[in-house]
Amino acid sequence: MRVCLDDYPRWIHYLPTFFSKNMILKPSIEDVKTIGYYLGKVIVGLGCVMLLPLILGVACNELNPALDFLISAQISLIIGLLLIKLCDTDKDLSWMQGMIVVSLSWLVAMVLGAIPMYLSGHWNSFLDACFDSMSGFATTGLTLVQDLDHMALSHNFWRHLIMFVGGQGIVIVILSLLVKGTSGAFKMYIGEARDEKILPNVVNTSRFIWLVSIVYFVLWTTVLGFVGIAEGMSKGSAFFHGACIFMAAFDTGGFAPQSQNILYYHSAAIEIVTIVIMILGAINFRLHYHIWMGNRREITKNIETVAFFFSVALLFVLVAIGLNQMQVYPHTSTLFRKGFYQFISGHTGTGYGTLYAPQFISDWSQLALVGLIIAMALGGAVCSTTGAIKMLRVGVVMKALFQDIKRVILPDKSIVIQKFHHIRDVFLEDHQARTALIITLAYLALYGIGSLVGMLFGYPFLNSLFESTSAAANVGLSCGITSVAMPAALKITYIFQMWAGRLEFISVFTLIGFFVAAIRGK
Amino acid sequence: MKLFFRGVFFIGLFLIFAARACYAQPVSSVDLVSNAAKFDNTRISYEGEAIGDIMYRGNFAWVNLRDGANAIGVWLEGSAAKTIQRTGSYQSKGDWVEVVGIFHRACPLHGGDLDIHAETIRIVRSGRAYAEKFNIRKRNFALVLLVILGVAWILKQLKIR
Repeated sequence: MRVCLDDYPRWIHYLPTFFSKNMILKPSIEDVKTIGYYLGKVIVGLGCVMLLPLILGVACNELNPALDFLISAQISLIIGLLLIKLCDTDKDLSWMQGMIVVSLSWLVAMVLGAIPMYLSGHWNSFLDACFDSMSGFATTGLTLVQDLDHMALSHNFWRHLIMFVGGQGIVIVILSLLVKGTSGAFKMYIGEARDEKILPNVVNTSRFIWLVSIVYFVLWTTVLGFVGIAEGMSKGSAFFHGACIFMAAFDTGGFAPQSQNILYYHSAAIEIVTIVIMILGAINFRLHYHIWMGNRREITKNIETVAFFFSVALLFVLVAIGLNQMQVYPHTSTLFRKGFYQFISGHTGTGYGTLYAPQFISDWSQLALVGLIIAMALGGAVCSTTGAIKMLRVGVVMKALFQDIKRVILPDKSIVIQKFHHIRDVFLEDHQARTALIITLAYLALYGIGSLVGMLFGYPFLNSLFESTSAAANVGLSCGITSVAMPAALKITYIFQMWAGRLEFISVFTLIGFFVAAIRGK
Repeated sequence: MKLFFRGVFFIGLFLIFAARACYAQPVSSVDLVSNAAKFDNTRISYEGEAIGDIMYRGNFAWVNLRDGANAIGVWLEGSAAKTIQRTGSYQSKGDWVEVVGIFHRACPLHGGDLDIHAETIRIVRSGRAYAEKFNIRKRNFALVLLVILGVAWILKQLKIR
């Protein structure tokens, strides 16, 4: 099967065909072995990633935290090596296997990533640690951590590192280094909700994504470090916070080193820098590539940036009118600073905030909240680190709508052609509109399901919708529902939303189908 | 005599009003955040552990005080901030500080931040360094895992050969 991704994700059309053929077939032992082999490689890679906070712990004389990471890394390596040994195979991945490796890897990463967190004693239960682990890997930012202000540097670093790894895509990050063949890596690349290749080879694509991320890491950590020093922080603290904030902002995550999030700094300069980083994180890596190659006109022509600009402009007007209704902020400048920061943080899917969670309900009108919820639900660009519906789909759906309106208005015999510009001019085809609409509907359903569960536990509608959208769109802003006191079932619902929202459903559906086939297949 | 009683009455009245005006209500961070409108622009007393960095900005400084539930930013004079000797982190428990000052739900001076502009501060309890006790159980567990990992590694190498 040859899959072309040049203009738009057509792969989705091949998957159901394959899927429906195999749905009734019981997975073979070869399927399980291939999945186990690649899963083992991912787990070994994750164990190696844990060595970074281990080194930091030793360097900072944090011996018990270092032991936490040593234990977690060893558990990961043992499981990974045993899986590789037991499932040893030289077969490449099929589409179904690739999707299942991805969806399982994220669940396994959540559990293994939660081990050092739980051992630190900063989470009340292993479920809470799993919640934060999934929130980190999925770059959401909702948190159940306790006493964050006394957390060891190595544990704090881990919280942000998992956002950095998760933002690039756990599986592709690890497998681009560990898998020899590119075909299997390509299937997992697609499974991790990366719709587009930047370079012809998927391994080179993921390496380019890493190059961009590391160049920005050095640049923006330096900037944030110097801004921190200028704002009165000590040198060590400023650069540590700078590194953590960059990782969480660029990967549109939302964790911060202190419990007050960005409010801790009381700094307009840090807010401005983080806004720039959040927007960079919300831009398509393919667009980054073209900008790096000198094609700056692409910024103004690309359907995603245009859609993002209009969305920001229109929705922020709603938010600003809503905030003005409440008369909480004394000046226009303060209204803009508070309103725009939370808004852009929500729209890019980051979740950084300069407000306490209950203030969304007490200080923001319902209109402002609705504007923010819509922004969170839409998200940033495809092939970026954001979650949610994403701008390309919004643009395509709008174009399809205009096309249909034209068809109705114009004479029957006229041929209506709709074009959009995404790296190059693309003629809009029905299958593109359908794909965009299916994913959009799936997201809307996911937001709705989480809201319903929230309401089942007695939370008001708007609060439930806010928190559910924030979880499913991998944003991380909270209006106060997310707390250690919330019911375990709601925690599990949000974990599912973060997972499904990050992977954009297909690999999750494939995993569910795999288990159904394992039980009911022949 | 009549004049004396009148004088005493008015002085008493003045003292009552002065005391009411100066009285600083002790409030928790939960109350401040959830009832911010009620306390907006009033004099309050708030106490908590100084955490993180003391960030000096010109003649003033920001200190974040955490009372257990939330941390709230306190804007105070740099000289007052210098009385805080230790702030909370992984390695230490910070000084427990009481501030009396004006609470702002959305401070016009600081971009709409919820904060307290301190007038007076007092160190209630001094902080202390934490002595980290090496966890022997964790160490032993790590050693057992190291042995298992070694066996797993050898098994994998044997297969390859």
